[in-house]
Amino acid sequence: AAWKGGLRFQVSAALKEGRVTPTELCQRCLSLIKSTKFLNAYITVAEETALKQAEESEERYRRGQPLGVLDGIPVAVKDNFNTAGIETTCASNMLKGYVSPYNATVVQKLLDQGAVLLGKTNLDEFAMGSGSTDGVFGPVRNPWSYSRQYKEKSVPKSHSEDKDANWVITGGSSGGSAAAVSSFTCFAALGSDTGGSTRNPAAYCGVVGLKPTYGLISRHGLIPLVNSMDVPGILTRCVDDAAVVLGSLAGHDPKDSTTIQDNFKPFELPNLTDVSKLSIGIPKEYHAPGLSSEILALWSKAADLFKNAGAKVIEVSLPHTCYSIVCYHVLCTAEVASNMARFDGLEYGHRSDMNKSTESMYAATRREGFNDVVRGRILSGNYFLLKQNYENYFIKAQKVRRLIANDFVKVFRSGVDILLTPTTLSDAVPYTEFIKEDNRTRSAQDDILTQAANMAGLPAINVPTALSERGLPVGLQFIGHSFQEKQLLTVAKWFEKQVKFPTIQLEEVKRHDHDVFQHQKSASFS
Amino acid sequence: VLNRRCVEAAVMTGLALNCSINKKSLFDRKHYFYADLPAGYQITQQRVPIAVNGSLSYSLCIDNKMSQMVTKTVRIKQIQLEQDSGKSLHDDTRSQTLVDLNRAGVGLMEVVMEPDMCCGEEAAAAVRELQLILQTLGSSQAVMAEGQLRVDANVSVHHPGEPYGVRTEVKNINSIRFLAKAVDYEIQRQIEELENGGTILNETRAFDSKLGCTVPMRDKEGKQDYRFMPEPNLPPLILYDAKSLPANMNHQQVVNIDWIHERLPDLPSVKRAKLVELYGILPEHSFTLLNEDGLTEFFENVVKQTPMKPKKVIGWILNDLLSYLKEHSLTVKESPVSPFLLADLLNLLEKKEISSTAAKQVLAELWKGEGKSPLEIVKEKELELIQDQKELEQICQAVIDGQENEVIMMVLG
Repeated sequence: AAWKGGLRFQVSAALKEGRVTPTELCQRCLSLIKSTKFLNAYITVAEETALKQAEESEERYRRGQPLGVLDGIPVAVKDNFNTAGIETTCASNMLKGYVSPYNATVVQKLLDQGAVLLGKTNLDEFAMGSGSTDGVFGPVRNPWSYSRQYKEKSVPKSHSEDKDANWVITGGSSGGSAAAVSSFTCFAALGSDTGGSTRNPAAYCGVVGLKPTYGLISRHGLIPLVNSMDVPGILTRCVDDAAVVLGSLAGHDPKDSTTIQDNFKPFELPNLTDVSKLSIGIPKEYHAPGLSSEILALWSKAADLFKNAGAKVIEVSLPHTCYSIVCYHVLCTAEVASNMARFDGLEYGHRSDMNKSTESMYAATRREGFNDVVRGRILSGNYFLLKQNYENYFIKAQKVRRLIANDFVKVFRSGVDILLTPTTLSDAVPYTEFIKEDNRTRSAQDDILTQAANMAGLPAINVPTALSERGLPVGLQFIGHSFQEKQLLTVAKWFEKQVKFPTIQLEEVKRHDHDVFQHQKSASFS
Repeated sequence: VLNRRCVEAAVMTGLALNCSINKKSLFDRKHYFYADLPAGYQITQQRVPIAVNGSLSYSLCIDNKMSQMVTKTVRIKQIQLEQDSGKSLHDDTRSQTLVDLNRAGVGLMEVVMEPDMCCGEEAAAAVRELQLILQTLGSSQAVMAEGQLRVDANVSVHHPGEPYGVRTEVKNINSIRFLAKAVDYEIQRQIEELENGGTILNETRAFDSKLGCTVPMRDKEGKQDYRFMPEPNLPPLILYDAKSLPANMNHQQVVNIDWIHERLPDLPSVKRAKLVELYGILPEHSFTLLNEDGLTEFFENVVKQTPMKPKKVIGWILNDLLSYLKEHSLTVKESPVSPFLLADLLNLLEKKEISSTAAKQVLAELWKGEGKSPLEIVKEKELELIQDQKELEQICQAVIDGQENEVIMMVLG
């Protein structure tokens, strides 16, 4: 299908013109979800309510009164957003069976626009992790594990080996959402991004992952991890789609005091042709240890792409980058310890049978409800918040955070418009290899290129760039000025057009449901 | 999300207590686990509260005589905004605790006083004055029995000239009367303990109103580390005054200290001064008037409806009306005698149609609330003053005639 710019999903046009109906679209997605169940991308599939929403949307289209571009579009939401009437678990035993009485603001906004909520996607427990492997519902599998591109490049170790053993991770913690978008089961998904949790899986799964500026999109109803860094993330198959979703979600929410008051105007992305006025910064510190030579080469190639097109490409320095991962861990665990204090088994969620005393009930509930990763972070965080440690850890980390944020301010003030960096250190690794190291080690490694943007509250986006030698997606990251999403997305869109990232060729699914898949593929391009 | 009305109430109270209002104040999380704290932390203002360094003036009677009042001051350390927790109801028979979360999260204003008071009476008087101020401002109804005003007393003793002793915190005080009792008991207990060679523990104690003593509280054991952390969901609270208010700021979005200051109602001390000036009553009278809910209105209503001098009316209000109400545990609102009725009665007295003794008798009748007017009662009981000179002479003569001996004794001296 040809590229079409502008504020629309191509499928929206199809809906409007009646070439496909919302219920057909919904049914196909639901069917595809079933046939891709092995990916474990969804925790809950809300089949009944989704079909109902689709019917209502269809009625609106029949009357010629669709609510907007998103009307009838199937979407998925990460399972750490509250959804009224649909279970919200955060992939944890603590909230298994918990049904929220309200919708998160962003969920409500999507529904108000007529979007069809297919279900809740899988994640690392309480969004803590970089693999989407540590939730109680099991790990999410990267759809690219089942792509022809990957299969062609992978060398089977032995004939008797299970074909499945080589599957790769999605990255995390919004792995379910990324896999859902990547495998065509939905057209857009919500993730969350605290240290890279939207951009990381976006890179591994070959989709667009947008982390908006902190304060642009409401966090009300997003079960908090780190209140001062969390943002809702947007996952789509192309940059234009991300702009559409952003337009429907951004803006002040009276229920979230950390959203800015300024009026937000949704925008259409221009088709940038002339990049000569653009200044692209290449932060040298992002040449991190462990960065694969492949990605390094790709990064360099991308810089050249901009240079050859007439943009100004300069090397810049963000000197405090090396301290950011440690600083992040102190602040993150401290806020986590605080935010997890509400899970005591009294009001909602899991409650232990231990009833000798309130304290013992709390202790047992929390031991039973949380996995090791969560408990580890709570313990660390409380340690840092102790009176005798507060000054040395928490306050110091806050100061370092200010320095990190100032690094960006200085660079942007010097005339740089956008920073270009890798998103991940390598392509997706096989699950068996990933689990050889613990969550803490993995997070420290994998967050390194993404979490500075969370520390500084800046908008950042992963754009799928090329396939690695192993046939897996590699993405590059663009970081923009605060609240300058329009500029950021415009540049990202230009880049996307240049690199022409290939479509995934899902083998397994093709075998199971050829027609469904084909239609999905053609209907998804915008 | 911060409740605007709470901020305004805190600013009003801060201004009324002569505090400096911090134009920028911060919110923090205070962490501890308890069944009535659903979030596992309480949002409070530990680092920079909304108001600091104020003062509260209150008056005491010396030696319990209303005739001599002395003014004292207690410094206000700070006022902070914070969240309320839920309520725990302990069911010891079933070994369970019932938790009511309805008030969890509701805004509270904590007023912290410096240790400038020396006995239960002073504490009670200070809190009473604070109560009146809060009610006047509308910040709170401040009824202790309903938990609208909660008082924790911190008590310590020391020898003159030496530094302050270890303090204990006394909770579970449900009325101003109990506050005075609890403080005085605790002072005694500490003195006795120290004189017996013991030490005072920095602990929390509960006041037992039935026994009139303080007992250690089981729940709070050991010192807690509250792991204070800035509240990330609430940006710093910025308040403006006329000078600092930016021109293009939406007035609905901000709290303007000067605007609130201009609209402060008359504080109790001002009200009292006005009453004294306007009606020529004594200062101690004004205290009593303000202390009883509705009494000032009652008094002023009576004054309006009678030419009798307010200085005289006040006696009837404070000595007769009030004592009757107290005797029967009635509030002013529940008085069977309305201002109109009392004024009616006082008018008869003023016109010299009855004597003051007779008036008291009529008042006693009026209390019965049988709906009779003062005039009707006077007629019924034949209490009219006899104005006729001749009639009076006849009565006097009759008395004298009946008491011949006594009269002779008197004349002889």
